Amino acid sequence: MVFRMLRLLGLRKSFGTMEAVKGADLEIQEGEFFSILGPSGCGKTTLLRLLGGFEKPSSGQILLDGRRIDQLPPHQRQCNTVFQRYALFPHLNVWKNVAFGLQMKAIKGQALKTRVDEALDLVQMQSFADRNITTLSGGQQQRVALARALINRPKVLLLDEPLSALDLKLRQQMKIELLNLQRKLKQTFIFVTHDQEEALTVSDRIAVMNEGVVEQVGTAQEIYEYPRTNFVSQFIGSINCLEARVNTFTNDSIAISSDFKRNFSVRAPRDGLRPLPQVQEGMKVRLMIRPEKFKILKSAPTLDQNHIEASIKEVMYKGPSTQFLLQAKESPETSFSVSQSNSALTAKKTFGIGDRVFIAWAPEDCILMGSENALPVHESSPALELQVG
Amino acid sequence: MERSRPSPPWFAQTVTALTFLLLYIPLVVLVIYSFVSIDPANGQALFSLEWYKQALQDDELRRALNMSLWVGLWSTLGASIIGTATAWALDRFSFPGKQWLDALTLVPLVIPEIVMALSLLIWFVLLKFSLGSISIILAHITFSFSYVVITVRTRLADFDHSLEEAAFDLGATPIQTFGRVSFPLIWPGILSGALMAFTLSFDDFLITFFTAGVGSDTLPIKLYSMIKYGISPKINALSTLILLATIIMVIFAFRPKKSSQSQTEKLKAIG
Repeated sequence: MVFRMLRLLGLRKSFGTMEAVKGADLEIQEGEFFSILGPSGCGKTTLLRLLGGFEKPSSGQILLDGRRIDQLPPHQRQCNTVFQRYALFPHLNVWKNVAFGLQMKAIKGQALKTRVDEALDLVQMQSFADRNITTLSGGQQQRVALARALINRPKVLLLDEPLSALDLKLRQQMKIELLNLQRKLKQTFIFVTHDQEEALTVSDRIAVMNEGVVEQVGTAQEIYEYPRTNFVSQFIGSINCLEARVNTFTNDSIAISSDFKRNFSVRAPRDGLRPLPQVQEGMKVRLMIRPEKFKILKSAPTLDQNHIEASIKEVMYKGPSTQFLLQAKESPETSFSVSQSNSALTAKKTFGIGDRVFIAWAPEDCILMGSENALPVHESSPALELQVG
Repeated sequence: MERSRPSPPWFAQTVTALTFLLLYIPLVVLVIYSFVSIDPANGQALFSLEWYKQALQDDELRRALNMSLWVGLWSTLGASIIGTATAWALDRFSFPGKQWLDALTLVPLVIPEIVMALSLLIWFVLLKFSLGSISIILAHITFSFSYVVITVRTRLADFDHSLEEAAFDLGATPIQTFGRVSFPLIWPGILSGALMAFTLSFDDFLITFFTAGVGSDTLPIKLYSMIKYGISPKINALSTLILLATIIMVIFAFRPKKSSQSQTEKLKAIG
């Protein structure tokens, strides 16, 4: 069993009448790269500040290695933080910034020197040791902030949107460096971000937050392929929604009807990530399909695939992929967003505005939800236990 | 890089030139006079350091200068401590009557000096506080601490609070955080407030005149009593020395800022 190092139990925080964190329950494992993802104002930074000790919870507990730490001041916690704007001390040079944490532990002389040099080495900043903080670029400051936070060998490293102050190119590069650093040190990283792409690429697991609530916890794949709430499905990537009703169902497939003449069939994918939900006949459901799951065809596909006849309204070339906006023939007010990768075969402009086409998708690529959240699934499903965590 | 701008109209140039002449000619005259002595044999003007010699050898002037420095030093220290503490409290805490305290710290800046001088005198008399160097120091603190409050608060307003959080986070206790991070960062504000407090104390006349006792004359008071018997060129020499000291102090006060700026420029040049 994996060692659960950091546990958050019913953690709440209110500022006056505003409840920033409404009861968070999380378990973070040792050596995990864990992200907290959400839009601004969702409470993710408050959650991180609760972990760092800059805020005291209104109720609930935080346990690190089984010991309660939620009432301890920051300097008594084995967590260190990389702040959003780095918060490097402007009156100290790079070396002294990094040395600060050790000096507070009264580490002196050769031991201090060795460890500071080691830390600077880790982030490839050894040649900048004597430099003034104000003369460093954003990426260099970021590295110094990392070295400074890591030097105390914290059990948990907290990162508060550390990449948001960098420009796009540098952000991509630092993302990879961060990931390599974490793999090398095998240290627990808790990474707060509003950037879904950042979270998806670096994290072992992600907690998606919205309005103070942790909506879903899971791997990048679980969160993308099996969103459990409407918010998660919309916030991570984009998705097409279709209001529908359950027509008939069997053990391994559900037939649903909508504004279209044809019934669409829904099946569980073979990876077991997304089991079929429990439904009743006539139940209102929401059918969701990711844009890249569609295929655009010139003629109607074989019968067992779901398909719709539509016309192309808009074509947007995006480099790696092309995005199409389509209007359904049978239900003109329903439009679909479809993304097709630009492989050598399709790179040529195959489809243009006004073309009449068919869009098809596999029954396994359908996500079925209730009006707000995911429908309950059969309890035997192993995937679900992981989610509840 | 810089956009070329048109030169200002001729009348603006003239007014500016006249203003500056009016401001600085008296100073220039004073400096010149301090170096001039008249040859008793033929009545010709000569360059000499005679007045400097006399000024430095005058015991009474020396005593007055010492008193001014003494008063300036202690009142600056007092004003810096009280001013910094007040600024800190106003920036960090919220308490009942904060707005009033905020306004009250600024009152000494706008209150007529004569009113302040009189009220201080009455207060000292009421308390039967003997007038002397201590009463001058206390009086100077009352008006100069406002300047420290202003300079320190400006510094605190720019202060990034996450720096303190970072220090806590790295294991510093609140006291260590203050000593290692907060204090070094607000120090320039304290320093410029202190310089201002010292300057104000050093050349204050009115309040000192009212609160000084017998034998505690500061330099301005001494100079004033001396010119009642005619202006001695010694005074010119002493004034020139004070002017020089002030210029050196100002250069010193602005130096650290300049050096960090040149570092950034160097970096920009490198790319």
